[in-house]
Amino acid sequence: MKIQSLDPRINRIELPEENNNTRIPPMDQWQTYEVFHQQARGDQHKHVGIVHAPNPEMALLFAKEQYARRSQCVNLWVVRTADVYATSYDDADIFEPAFDKSYRESWGYKDTRQLIEKFKKEKEMASPATPTSSSISEENHSSEETSKKKVVGKSGIIIGKK
Amino acid sequence: MYGNLTIIEIDNFGKKIEEEDPIKLAEFEARIARGEKIEPQDWMPFEYRKQLIRMIEQHAHSEIIGALPEGTWITRAPGFKRKLALMAKVQDEVGHAQLLYAAAETLGKSREEMIQDLLNGKSKYSNVFNYPAVTWADTAIIAWLIDAGAIINQVTNSKGSYGPYCRALERICAEESFHLRYGYDTCVHLATGTPSQRKMLQDALNRWWTPIMHFHGPPDKISVHGEKLMKWKVKLASNDEMRQQFLDMYVPKIWELGLEIPDPNLHKNPETGKWEYTEPDWNEFMRVINGDGPCNKERLAVRRYAEEKGRWVRMALLRKEEKYVVPLA
Repeated sequence: MKIQSLDPRINRIELPEENNNTRIPPMDQWQTYEVFHQQARGDQHKHVGIVHAPNPEMALLFAKEQYARRSQCVNLWVVRTADVYATSYDDADIFEPAFDKSYRESWGYKDTRQLIEKFKKEKEMASPATPTSSSISEENHSSEETSKKKVVGKSGIIIGKK
Repeated sequence: MYGNLTIIEIDNFGKKIEEEDPIKLAEFEARIARGEKIEPQDWMPFEYRKQLIRMIEQHAHSEIIGALPEGTWITRAPGFKRKLALMAKVQDEVGHAQLLYAAAETLGKSREEMIQDLLNGKSKYSNVFNYPAVTWADTAIIAWLIDAGAIINQVTNSKGSYGPYCRALERICAEESFHLRYGYDTCVHLATGTPSQRKMLQDALNRWWTPIMHFHGPPDKISVHGEKLMKWKVKLASNDEMRQQFLDMYVPKIWELGLEIPDPNLHKNPETGKWEYTEPDWNEFMRVINGDGPCNKERLAVRRYAEEKGRWVRMALLRKEEKYVVPLA
C-alpha cells in the first residue's frame, strides 16, 4: 500500500505505508559550530547559537540561513564548539571581588579635588597678603560654575559634568 | 509553532527525586526561586533534565512535522505573494526545530537520537499536525489560530528556568509574530471575499475547532498536575489557563469575521469571567496521539524518507576525525 496524500509531491514519491524502522548509526552526526553574529558595522559580534556542519564553509552557510535569514547582519563568525574553552559555573565565585577594589574604579579617586583645595588653603594661610592667590581662586570658582550648567546636545541628551 | 508539556508522563525511569543530593537540590531550587536561569553545565536533578528533554524535543518535532500540513499547499498557493510568504513561514518552522534541537542537545541527548525517537514513535509531537490541510483555507486557519495558540505557549515558556530553551524561544517568538499576521491576513482575505471563499474558511474552521481545543492538552481536572514542574518553572501555566487565554484573545476576533464556531455552548460567563464550552472529545485526542490519526503514518513516512534519502550526503561529508561534543549554550 502506498500512502495517499493531499500533497501531490508526496504522492509522486510513492511512500510505503509500513514503518520500516530506519536505524541511524549513532556516530552519523556532524560536529557543531558556535555562531557569532554582527548586526551592524561597529557592533560587537554576539553569540547566537549553534549549527551542525561537516566543515567551516558549510557552517557559515547554515549560520546564514539560520541566524541571518530574518534579522539584519553584516558579518558572521563560526567557531568549532570543541575549540571553545570556558570557565565553569561552579567556579563563578572567582568573579567575586575578594576585597576592596576601589583602586581600580574611577570613583575610587574622588578625593583628588579636596586635596587641591586643602593644599591651596594652607598656602593662603601661610601668605595671606599675596594678591595672585585670591585671583586664581576666583577664576577657579567661576569655571566650576560654568561646568555645572547643563548643555543639551543634538540628540536631546543632557550633557553635563558632575 | 508549539511547545508545552500538555501531557505529563510519570514513569520510574532514572533517579528519583528522593535519591538526589538534598543540599544540591536545595541550592538548585533556591536559584530558580530567585528567578535565575539554569545553564547546561549546572547541577540539576535527573527528573528536571528528563522532563526538559522530553518537552523541548517534542517542541522541536512539532516544528519540523508542523511544516508538513502547511507545506501541502506551497505548490498550489493562490498567487505569488502567498506562495513566497508560505515558503518563508515553512522555512521558519524548520529553523525553529533546529534552534530547539540545539537547546535540547545541551541537556545531553544528540539531535540524531531525537530524530531516531521521532521516527520510531517513541517521542511525540503536537497532535494537531496529524490532521490534514484539506483546502487552502486550512493552512490559513493553521497559520492564524494554531500559531496563536502556540505563541501563548511559547511566550509563557520563555519565562521558564532553563537558559538555552528561553533563549531559543525568544528568537522563535519574534519570528512567530509574522506568522500570526500572515495567517490573520489570509483568513480575513477569505472571510471578506466571495461566498465560496467564506464557505471554504468556515468549513476549515469547523474541521479545525476540535484540534484547536485539543491544542493546549487535556483539562486540568483529568491531567496529572506537575507541582514539581511548576516549582521548577518547567511548566508555567496549566493547560486550562492557556486555553482560557487563547479563547479570550481569539474568539472575539473569529466572531468579528462573522464566522460561526461549531460549539453552541461556547460563551463567556460574565460572573466568573471564564469561557465555558463543550469539552472536545479527549478519547479522540488520546487515540490520535497514540498513532491512530488521519495523517500520523504520512507525517512520519515523509520524515523517514527525508532522513533515508539524505543520509548518503551526510555520510559523504562526515569526517571521522571530527568528534561531536555537546554544544555549550
